[in-house]
Amino acid sequence: MSSPVSRGFRHLHRSSVGQEGRVPPGQYVTEGFPVLSAGPTPHTPLQEWTFSIRQGGDTLRSWTWEEFQALSAETVTADIHCVTRWSKLDTGWRGVSVDTLLDQVPHDAPYVLAFCDGGYTSNLPVKDVTGGQAWVAFGYDGQPLQAEHGGPARLLVPHLYFWKSAKWVRGLELRDRDEPGFWESYGYHIYGDPWREQRYAGD
Amino acid sequence: MARAAVRGRLTWQVARVSSVTRETDSVCTIGLEVPDWAGHQAGEHLDVRLTAEDGYTAERSYSIATADGEPVAITVERLEDGEVSPYLTGELRAGDQLELRGPIGRWFVWDTSDGGPLLLIAGGSGVVPLRAILRHRQRSGSEVPVRLLYSSRTLADVIYHHELDQYRGDAEVSYTLTRSQPPGWTGYSGRVDAAMLSEIAWPASQHPLAFVCGPTRFVETVAEKLVALGYPASRVKTERFGGT
Repeated sequence: MSSPVSRGFRHLHRSSVGQEGRVPPGQYVTEGFPVLSAGPTPHTPLQEWTFSIRQGGDTLRSWTWEEFQALSAETVTADIHCVTRWSKLDTGWRGVSVDTLLDQVPHDAPYVLAFCDGGYTSNLPVKDVTGGQAWVAFGYDGQPLQAEHGGPARLLVPHLYFWKSAKWVRGLELRDRDEPGFWESYGYHIYGDPWREQRYAGD
Repeated sequence: MARAAVRGRLTWQVARVSSVTRETDSVCTIGLEVPDWAGHQAGEHLDVRLTAEDGYTAERSYSIATADGEPVAITVERLEDGEVSPYLTGELRAGDQLELRGPIGRWFVWDTSDGGPLLLIAGGSGVVPLRAILRHRQRSGSEVPVRLLYSSRTLADVIYHHELDQYRGDAEVSYTLTRSQPPGWTGYSGRVDAAMLSEIAWPASQHPLAFVCGPTRFVETVAEKLVALGYPASRVKTERFGGT
């Protein structure tokens, strides 16, 4: 099928110098930081916050906010890509590498399900959240991460569409099978690679 | 999660523009003839893809403005710094072709079996998917009680004004104008606040279901106030658009 040409439609959002090769197909660069959420923003008090790694109903390891802050954190600069088509380049984060967390439990499961306040979940292969590719981020742009952007802490997996970087994350559940999380069960792609435009199921 | 049934892969198809109707100075409704449309639920959206003469393509998502069973239509607001919306609202004519795929988004949807009472709260063009819900409710003969609170800058910015007024009697429709009000205005004035919501929102004891759509800041504020009024977060569905 050849695409019909829309007469008079022109390319206005040109990439700037230095952006070539950094913006996946179908995306445009924004300076803002839009929000995509399914419901109200949860506000969990830090004294009640924990981050847990679970498997088969057991909690293998859990950290309080204070304990989590004592882990070695990293500063991360990353380009992020939302399935709604905005990309934001050179975003600055502070967080704990998922490697640091998983290193503290024995594990050989191939998948994780990130679980969050508000009932959100997102599924990811373990190989995508290890090897220096994923963090539990609590700082953005030099400040504590705001609640509407997923604070106190969100997952940060910048090489996948940004819904995989689950907001308000409270832990990871190790899983033998890859089962869809929240957005994935409502028609979004099971894996979500922006460079292959895996927006919706079957893409 | 009840509707998490598997749908087929969403493929692009060529649709024909059947009509372009001006709603306000900056908003148009585009009627579409889609040859292979599997139907949609009220509140879902679709993706539009435009191709320029040099082969450049751009895709955007738009809420579907009509109920399932009606011809597909989208309502588009022109964004001044936009790339696609100025074309759709300024250049597009009946008879033109464009590519689309959908429907998408089974979360922000309402069907009669979801019940209510329904509380619909719209900011600006966030009214579009809520209008689809109102139309679906009416077409299906549902008697689920519904209230709409719709925030616009001025009276001239109100989308679907005539149609929404016609729902009055069956649905409770309230407007608030944030920037200016005409002489003799009897609706609300100013941004949606706690006092306005406590008047319009169904009491939480009636187990209402709320849909909130609008700019991020609007949705954030309204959803938070509904939670403060006792709405469980799981009964407040939100959809946001725009910048920060």
